[in-house]
Amino acid sequence: MAFAAFSGSSEKSSYKVPRKNSTKVALALLLPGMIYLALFFITPLASLVATSLEVPDASGEIGRYQYGFEIGNYWYVIQTYWPHIARSFVYALAATILSLLISYPLAYFIGVRARKWPLIQKLALALVIAPFFISFLLRTFAWKQIFSNESWIVTTLQSMHILAPDQYLVGTDFMVIFGLTYNFIPFMTLPLYTSLERLDLRLLEAGGDLYATPAKVFRKVTLPITMPGIISGTLMTFIPIAGDYINASRDFLGSSGTQMIGNVVETNFLRINDYPSASALSVLLMAAILGLVVFYVRRSGTEDLL
Amino acid sequence: MATEFVARGSDLDLVGIRKDFPGFTALDHLDLHIPAGEFFALLGPSGCGKTTTLRLVAGLEEPTTGKILIGGKDVTASKPHERPVNTVFQSYALFPHMSVLENVAFGLRQRKVDEPLKRAEEALALVQLGHLSQRRPQQLSGGQQQRVALARALVNRPSLLLLDEPLGALDLKLRREMQIELKAIQMEVGLTFLHVTHDQEEAMDMADTVAVMNKGHIEQMGAPEALYDRPHTVFVAKFLGQSNLFIGNVSESSANSISIEVAGYKISVPKDRAEKHTGKVAIGVRPEKADLHQQKPAPSSSENLIGPGEVLDIRFTGVSNQFLVEIPNIGLVTVFEQNEGNSTVALGDQVYVSWKVEHTFGLADLPDSVEE
Repeated sequence: MAFAAFSGSSEKSSYKVPRKNSTKVALALLLPGMIYLALFFITPLASLVATSLEVPDASGEIGRYQYGFEIGNYWYVIQTYWPHIARSFVYALAATILSLLISYPLAYFIGVRARKWPLIQKLALALVIAPFFISFLLRTFAWKQIFSNESWIVTTLQSMHILAPDQYLVGTDFMVIFGLTYNFIPFMTLPLYTSLERLDLRLLEAGGDLYATPAKVFRKVTLPITMPGIISGTLMTFIPIAGDYINASRDFLGSSGTQMIGNVVETNFLRINDYPSASALSVLLMAAILGLVVFYVRRSGTEDLL
Repeated sequence: MATEFVARGSDLDLVGIRKDFPGFTALDHLDLHIPAGEFFALLGPSGCGKTTTLRLVAGLEEPTTGKILIGGKDVTASKPHERPVNTVFQSYALFPHMSVLENVAFGLRQRKVDEPLKRAEEALALVQLGHLSQRRPQQLSGGQQQRVALARALVNRPSLLLLDEPLGALDLKLRREMQIELKAIQMEVGLTFLHVTHDQEEAMDMADTVAVMNKGHIEQMGAPEALYDRPHTVFVAKFLGQSNLFIGNVSESSANSISIEVAGYKISVPKDRAEKHTGKVAIGVRPEKADLHQQKPAPSSSENLIGPGEVLDIRFTGVSNQFLVEIPNIGLVTVFEQNEGNSTVALGDQVYVSWKVEHTFGLADLPDSVEE
């Protein structure tokens, strides 16, 4: 789904129905992919769902569980971790909207205005992707340094009384949303770029010719035509952000007050060995995202993407 | 929006227009007056500046110098959406995310006209597409898209309708049909049409006035019949139909006519049909005005006569036979004869070519290949 979405294409495929012989060939060609999916997607998913329903081992040993059908695990995680679940979606929504606001003008510049200068266009695209050459962790850690309590940014803000003397940036909601936005901007910019790059500028001229002001042309022509790019861009950022656990982690930009679902899953899996709770949370996150995405795509009228 | 929309067309005036692009000048010293309600064609080869002229009028380009007036009002500084002008684009530029009906209603909605959908339906009915109003433009054929584009522009009743080679993408038969339809619509709505085309037949067939453009300026302007009958320059003589040109020095000059001497032949042209009366001049005649003779006709002062020459080629086109005659020391001369079923001229025959002096025209310039 996401890959189809990334291409930004809204045209329905119209392949001809293959003849009998080629059906066999097609199936044979599909087989490796099917086996791969079965082994590395279906199996872990089934295992995850099974783990989420396990009950503690009779021996009472910590970290040992046996197969069961404990639906209560789900109630337990929802009751215990609902603030983290809510926080994850609020952060993801805020960061997605911010990246859209930053990326759209950027993608518009690269895809539309820079068409006249192909060199600048390619250079700008390379710059969008350039951060990927440095590890995600390193970059996030660098931001922690830049906004650390002793940094000149924080001391300046404090001296200007924008921050109280005992107020810092690292560990706040702002800092985590900042980090999420920063890290996921390329995932927003690239799909936006692909749809803006194909935007027929003659349509914009036609809009102006038909008495629409530049603002109206943007709203009535540019925006609807680039909607597939906006949808895929928001999906490509919202989904991974909702499950992110690096930015909100205490070791990076977050604090105990900014923990997201990813952090809770990590803690449960790796620190307190509560595998059923961690699995139940993962399944919940997956289901919630799937539900939201289907709703979103239906509402925006771009079902072709699914 | 302060723009006034009138049901009748408006005059268009271009005054001293110059348009520079980086590295070249697209238009220079362009002056043009188009009276209200006229079907005006800008005709020229690609790159002559005709599309640039159209884009200047639409407001999609700004002139480097000069003024644009629509209905006497200076719109040079106005943005496209402020001008009472609509364009039928060469690419049609229909909005792919809207139905045909919404495409046509777009301009009406922008101007907050009452009942936009009802008016759009009427405009679609005018171009006979009422039954396709709910389709998307991509689902229509080229000819249908072209008509939607026309309806989308016409529905706004602009003072001036600009047509940028709107028939270029259609096949020949459909193009002829649309030409007739377009002309009928223009007569019906009475708007000023500015039509840009490189198809000389299309321009002559549809327009009240044709301006022939070449290299950023207007070579000659006038009614199609006048342009064809009496071209002023070599470019017009060659671009608008075919011409046989003869170049020589003026050897005789009387009160009414001048004559040039070419390879021993005397070719005359009435003074009022010649642009230049002295020195080296180019004189021409249309191929269908010339006649072939198998015997040398008696010389007459009202006829120009050359020959004999050899018939090199005969092309049968149905309506006429086209003969290519090589006259020694002059070169190739083309003659069209109506196919009346009695032609006896065969390939290789020696023939004479004659035409009336009153059908001859004298040009202001010489072909590029000839030195002054």
